[in-house]
Amino acid sequence: MSDQGSALRPDLGVIARNIATGARVLDVGCGDGSLLAALRDLKGVDARGLELNAENVAAAVARGLSVVQGDADTDLAYYPGGSFDYAILSQTLQTTRRPDQVVEALLRIGARAFVSFPNFAHWRGRMALLFGGRMPVTRLLPERWYDTPNIHHLTIDDFRALVKERGWHIENQWFLKGDRETGDANANLFAEHAVFLLKA
Amino acid sequence: MARAARDMDQRFGTGRRVVLDGPLRLDSGAALSPVEIAYETYGSLAEDGSNAILICHALTGDQYVASTHPVTGKPGWWTRLVGQGLPIDPARHFIICANVLGSCMGTSGPASIDPATAEPYAMHFPVITIADMVRAQALLLDHLGIERLFAVIGGSMGGMQALTWPTIFPTRVEAAIVIASTARHSAQNIAFHEVGRQAIMADPKWRGGAYYVDGDAPAAGLAVARMAAHITYLSEAGLTEKFGRRLQQRDAKTFGFDADFQVESYLRHQGISFVERFDANSYLYITRAMDYYDIADDHGGALAAAFAATRARFCLVSFDTDWLYPTAESRIIVHALNAAGREASFVELKSPFGHDSFLLDAPEMNRVIDGFLRAGRR
Repeated sequence: MSDQGSALRPDLGVIARNIATGARVLDVGCGDGSLLAALRDLKGVDARGLELNAENVAAAVARGLSVVQGDADTDLAYYPGGSFDYAILSQTLQTTRRPDQVVEALLRIGARAFVSFPNFAHWRGRMALLFGGRMPVTRLLPERWYDTPNIHHLTIDDFRALVKERGWHIENQWFLKGDRETGDANANLFAEHAVFLLKA
Repeated sequence: MARAARDMDQRFGTGRRVVLDGPLRLDSGAALSPVEIAYETYGSLAEDGSNAILICHALTGDQYVASTHPVTGKPGWWTRLVGQGLPIDPARHFIICANVLGSCMGTSGPASIDPATAEPYAMHFPVITIADMVRAQALLLDHLGIERLFAVIGGSMGGMQALTWPTIFPTRVEAAIVIASTARHSAQNIAFHEVGRQAIMADPKWRGGAYYVDGDAPAAGLAVARMAAHITYLSEAGLTEKFGRRLQQRDAKTFGFDADFQVESYLRHQGISFVERFDANSYLYITRAMDYYDIADDHGGALAAAFAATRARFCLVSFDTDWLYPTAESRIIVHALNAAGREASFVELKSPFGHDSFLLDAPEMNRVIDGFLRAGRR
């Protein structure tokens, strides 16, 4: 299990390790279905996906997954409430037009939601902006300001503030530096990645 | 031994035809008896009957999905998808394709003999629906001893049948693949069909459909119907690329009404070659069936309700240049399947060929279908 689990991107590894066996899962922005395939093979979950890119959808369907081509901003409305145990949004939040409404939809569709995103307040990014005067281009955020799909940059503290404002509950949280987990202390400064498990 | 016995079974093989007593109860309220069905099968039915795939053909298609057409001598119409080493493979699957009800390649249709009069039905043949075609296919499966389909697949009108199957027989289908299709005929779809029907009925040789007496069929009307329809199967970009404004074997315009342009010549050829293999009355009946098609309307107006009883998996494919059954129509189906909680996959593929893309070279489509079918036997 750990073999395939560790082949996943670190944030996906966190999600995979924390999903119950046999759960019903919707991965929003599932890419080529790596996480769903791992969850299906390792945890026997009922795995469904939503993905914008046609080539990714074709790749995911070709590996036997139930994946629908669609847009997180518009198509989540067509899923009935409470139809999944988990809705997952990994590295997609910052690319949506209305991240708050997307998370709202996740918590309507799923009993719980995993949300992972890159932390734009990581110290490397702060340094680049403070001393370089340029928008950061890092290993995890390799695109430049004009070609990045990330249209809503956020920090861990921004996300916590949104959760508080909307009255959602954080059931668990994980912070990542490279492929290792890092502590909660000063996560907003030192974590490159955050994974939150939310409940409505 | 059991396998050998099945291979000897006269019900299986190419060029088959069966007369079933029925009666087949039709949506119109009429009953059809007997019901003749012409079909082909490829491959061997597994011991437990678990590998049967039903292929549904489009409006002017037929049962010759992967074997040479007896009239045109052309290879089967879906040999890019069906065959050795392909996603639908006779080495692994038991493949069935039947001529649809109302058609003219051996299944009961307007050209068949009406037992009440010993004459061809012509316009006395009952009006049929897509659901009636599906019920006729179910009769055939009963005859073949197939209780459950591993998959049902079709493009265009074949997709309508594939989508209808689990709504009528929710437990007889494990998976449905619906390509370049829709859950209902739109006003524009109906309008194009009406042009075709009027072309046929305006041909003086149509004679209220009773042209079988001397065999002098309304070929001109049917050819025009085919020409109009053929335009809807292609994309504007595809037509431009293939023909542009190029002239047909001449250097200048003739200032007459000969086929000056290549595209005119091409369409005329499509029309003329079509009438050699198709019956005008069948064209009327089948286009009517497609126009009546509206799955939501059959389920109290809610498409999701149509999929409430089935546990089948669904795979939908659309093409970006298909303006006959555009991607939006597939999305309507996907949203209904999501609302019903069904397992659904959907992708819009890129292709320059318009609606006909599913019949042409579409490697991505093959990859998707192969993956989807293999996922059914995990």
